Amino acid sequence: MKLLTALFAIVVGVGGTVALFYGLNYLVEHTLPQRMRDTARPWVFIGPAILIVGLYLLFPALDTIRRSFMDARSTSFVGSKNYEYLVTDPGTRETIWNNVLWILVVPAVSVAVGLAVAVLADKLRPKWENTAKSLIFLPMAISFVGASTIWGFIYAWRAQGQPQIGILNAIWTQLGNEPVAWLDQQQYNDFLLMVIMIWLQAGFAMVLLSAAIKNVPDDTIEAARIDGATEVQIFWRVVVPQIRSTIVVVGTTILILVLKVFDIVLVMTGGRNGTDVVAHRFITEMINNRQLGRASVLVVFLIVVTIPFMISNIRRFREQESAR
Amino acid sequence: MSANAAPAPDTEEWSDTDATSGGGPRPGAGGWIVRIALAVIVLVWTIPTIGLLVSSFRPEAAVRTSGWWSQITTPLDWTLENYATVLDGGMGAAFVNSLAVSIPATVIPILAAAFAAYAFAWMEFRGREVMFVVFVALLVVPLQVALVPMLRMYSSLGITGTFLAVWLAHTAFGMPLAVYLFRNYMGSLPREVIESAKVDGAGHFQTFWRLIIPLSVPALAAYAIFQFLWVWNDLLVALVFLGGSPDVQVVTLNLASLLGSQGQAWHLLTAGAFITMTVPLIVFFSLQRYFVRGLTAGSVKG
Repeated sequence: MKLLTALFAIVVGVGGTVALFYGLNYLVEHTLPQRMRDTARPWVFIGPAILIVGLYLLFPALDTIRRSFMDARSTSFVGSKNYEYLVTDPGTRETIWNNVLWILVVPAVSVAVGLAVAVLADKLRPKWENTAKSLIFLPMAISFVGASTIWGFIYAWRAQGQPQIGILNAIWTQLGNEPVAWLDQQQYNDFLLMVIMIWLQAGFAMVLLSAAIKNVPDDTIEAARIDGATEVQIFWRVVVPQIRSTIVVVGTTILILVLKVFDIVLVMTGGRNGTDVVAHRFITEMINNRQLGRASVLVVFLIVVTIPFMISNIRRFREQESAR
Repeated sequence: MSANAAPAPDTEEWSDTDATSGGGPRPGAGGWIVRIALAVIVLVWTIPTIGLLVSSFRPEAAVRTSGWWSQITTPLDWTLENYATVLDGGMGAAFVNSLAVSIPATVIPILAAAFAAYAFAWMEFRGREVMFVVFVALLVVPLQVALVPMLRMYSSLGITGTFLAVWLAHTAFGMPLAVYLFRNYMGSLPREVIESAKVDGAGHFQTFWRLIIPLSVPALAAYAIFQFLWVWNDLLVALVFLGGSPDVQVVTLNLASLLGSQGQAWHLLTAGAFITMTVPLIVFFSLQRYFVRGLTAGSVKG
């Protein structure tokens, strides 16, 4: 029964979309006068895409900015009160500081690990290279919630004297230490959460960097080798400069992903013990506290952070177009 | 995400046997150091998943009293009971819901984006450039912008908690990347192909269905994998627009609530987590080649 309902939903959803395009096309071709058809036709093609993006992204972005100046239920304007609240609230300052840490650490470490694996695996026979890469890449298929469960199990803590079922505490107590409730340790629990993100994203970095490394012309490497450069020198002075643009792309892609991460924090700590980040705090304000104004301010923060990347994307797109 | 993934490489599949390029000498002097270093990284990357998998098949008592690595000493003590418990406890229904969410939320944006991309690549109309630049700009916009306004709109329309609500949301959030990728791909198809169809009397609509779609399958497939994995693994959109009622709850939400309510029942959590991972892992292993090709051809979802 359940399965049938789901199947029905799938057929209706997909069929409905196909029918929409056929219907629009039919309307244009059969009801409009000849000279209007040419003008209308492109809109059959782009209309639905524009409409849905406008409705779900463009309009809400503006609406969110407006709501950030309104009260908890978006009924009246309150000026900059929400902004003042969040600027003066010590919890928010910590949250933003955590985001800065995530932004500094996660992209850099993911790129470093990805680069290391790409370089090392490149020196193996293809069979082993592929196996190693597949295993590093595999976490990319796992959800943030799934990955958090996996790592929650690694960080699991039991009181002293009980058997430790989390592998980290098992190793730690084997070394003669007392068990540690890792996620409660304010000095470094942020980093333990970042490990999850790095674990997920290093494979992505590796795939792109590996492709870029394989694209580095052999003769530049040979030339350096003939000049007597060591393998380490070749890597830093010949390979890295030639893949710099890939490193930047990978780093910024992960950075933007990091900005939006909330699932890991939600299921691991719920933002307690000084681990909150902006995207999670947003959910807390919106759903738990029902403070739409404050929630909107946090989104405005996210928008502002992404604006430089938006501009650089557009600029790069323009350059590509003029080079075509 | 970023608008472009670096100089597009020609040899992007790692199944290529082209491992001799770009590297140093074959394993020799430093060969063992390389192998050991790599083995350590691979081990650190794999152990978490192995621990999860092993624990999910261990009896509850064993999971409570010993680490999963000690299973080596009792190799025959396996059970499927954890899976049965979790599946009956709502994960089974959630699995079906996840399919009902993910399949349309993958197909709908592909269709809509392919139409739009065709128009951007091959049709003349006013505002074409400007509108495409808007799509490029939207690539990095955090989807959080949509949540407050859309939640308001959905509740006034009364469609909160329906599949339709999440399909449309995922369609919108996946659209900028899809339009961007498809337009670049379709734009690189040879002009003569489209011209010849026109000479044969085909309109844009026929050209699109009979010619462009079949030719664009590589790009469409690569994107389909991303979007499907992204929707299947999503928690945010499901949490806000669909909610946790049993008849619509998806696997990620079920697992998250399991983590909240059964935080110490690791025999159930591990089984639950593994169920949520099955479909992505099948997709991953069977389509890895296309997945990698998609990544290197145009980067990922933002």
